[in-house]
Amino acid sequence: MIRVLLPFHLRTLARVDGEVQIELAGPATLGGVIEAIETRYPVLRGAIRDHVTLKRRPFVRFFACKEDLSNEPADTALPKAVVAGEEPFLVIGAIAGG
Amino acid sequence: MSKVRVLVGTKKGAFTLTSDGKRQNWQVNGPFFAGWEIYHMKGSPVDPDRIYASQSSGWFGQIIQRSEDGGKTWNPPGSTPEELVGPGGMPKGESNKFVYEGQVGTHKWYDGTQHPWEFKRVWHLEPALDDPNTVYAGVEDAAIFKSTDGGKTWGELGGLRQAKGQLWQPGAGGMAVHTILLDPKNPKRMYIAISAGGAFRTEDGGKTWKPINKGLHSKYELPDPDAEVGHCVHRIALHRSKPDVLFMQKHWDVMRTDNSGDQWREVSGNLPTDFGFPIDVHWHEPETIFVVPIKSDSEHFPIDGKLRVYRSKTGGNDWEPLTKGLPQKDCYVNVLRDAMAVDSLEPCGIYFGTTGGQVYGSADGGNSWNAIVHDFPSVLSVEVQVLP
Repeated sequence: MIRVLLPFHLRTLARVDGEVQIELAGPATLGGVIEAIETRYPVLRGAIRDHVTLKRRPFVRFFACKEDLSNEPADTALPKAVVAGEEPFLVIGAIAGG
Repeated sequence: MSKVRVLVGTKKGAFTLTSDGKRQNWQVNGPFFAGWEIYHMKGSPVDPDRIYASQSSGWFGQIIQRSEDGGKTWNPPGSTPEELVGPGGMPKGESNKFVYEGQVGTHKWYDGTQHPWEFKRVWHLEPALDDPNTVYAGVEDAAIFKSTDGGKTWGELGGLRQAKGQLWQPGAGGMAVHTILLDPKNPKRMYIAISAGGAFRTEDGGKTWKPINKGLHSKYELPDPDAEVGHCVHRIALHRSKPDVLFMQKHWDVMRTDNSGDQWREVSGNLPTDFGFPIDVHWHEPETIFVVPIKSDSEHFPIDGKLRVYRSKTGGNDWEPLTKGLPQKDCYVNVLRDAMAVDSLEPCGIYFGTTGGQVYGSADGGNSWNAIVHDFPSVLSVEVQVLP
């Protein structure tokens, strides 16, 4: 079970409060956890990454264990502490705009 | 007595303003989708309680929202809470999936090179006149999409981009289909407008499109001022009784055509400046039109700090300023292209929103105005509905 913290606007869209718990059906990778989030909350498809290219939206970031995973490939393994549920996986709205 | 509902899209959320037919006392509802840009909301003419909204942000992209109760509650089409309960029978989550048809193709970029089309957002939603489940979306980068399932899924009407799309070029605000007009007398005919592509018409329900820009002159924007495409059309409008007559606010110039766009002529007449964004037609008088002159393309605010709507009762050329109730000093707001609407009551009501967050209404055909609200976020769009 992965603990995921979504940004305010995506929590509103998904109609959830606080952290969400995501069950991984596939590998414990960066791409795997995003896929699992979108499967659990289909309304978030297209809001985190592009529907077709699956590229991360430019102002979305992925943090975990004090590391920025945003630019890592989709098959990057999640940190062990995230997989173990000790640390959350953070989806962040990057600081930009007003 | 009839009720009036004004739909206001702003840079930081959506609002509805409701009143009885007197249009003097208003109730403000919202913000809905707080923090998101709401480029446009519009209700179905068939079922006014079904309202579509375009919600977007630079962070999280495009969301389509739909209300079935006149804007009280909203859901992305195909994603009601019941449909989001778990893995079994999951919806596809495709109400925000706008994928260009076939080869993406390219259009002209700022540096003169060709640039691939990239979907950015929905600027305008136009529900069909005869079916609440059919709705058109004008998008940036410029294209038109259609949904026949209430906004759950979308398909591009790709023929539009075949109308010399390689020559279209974004302006400072992007390159978008921002106007969609449905001909009430001919269901196969539609008009659209693009900044900066021009105006286009289809006679076959959107399969094929033809540029309709003859008579437009854009000497400051195009090397060939009479180019077939590339004109920066800001808005077009028609009256339902005379759908062959179109009125246009171009980047510069107010124009009209009496033959469905085959030939345009300028009707700027005595306007103090013919730059502006919105244009609309009186509900009951097909030759009465409204514009909001803006000083210039370099200074997007009214001349001399005086906010004036101009009305022509002669279909153009002869214009009168409407000032009663509007600020006549120190006003430096803009009125965007989708931020004006008229209602069907008698006398006709006119509404417009400003980048300064005011929404003004007139319940007497424009003779006098009141600020319904003063302090909204910057207004992107205004629509109005009259309810029984």
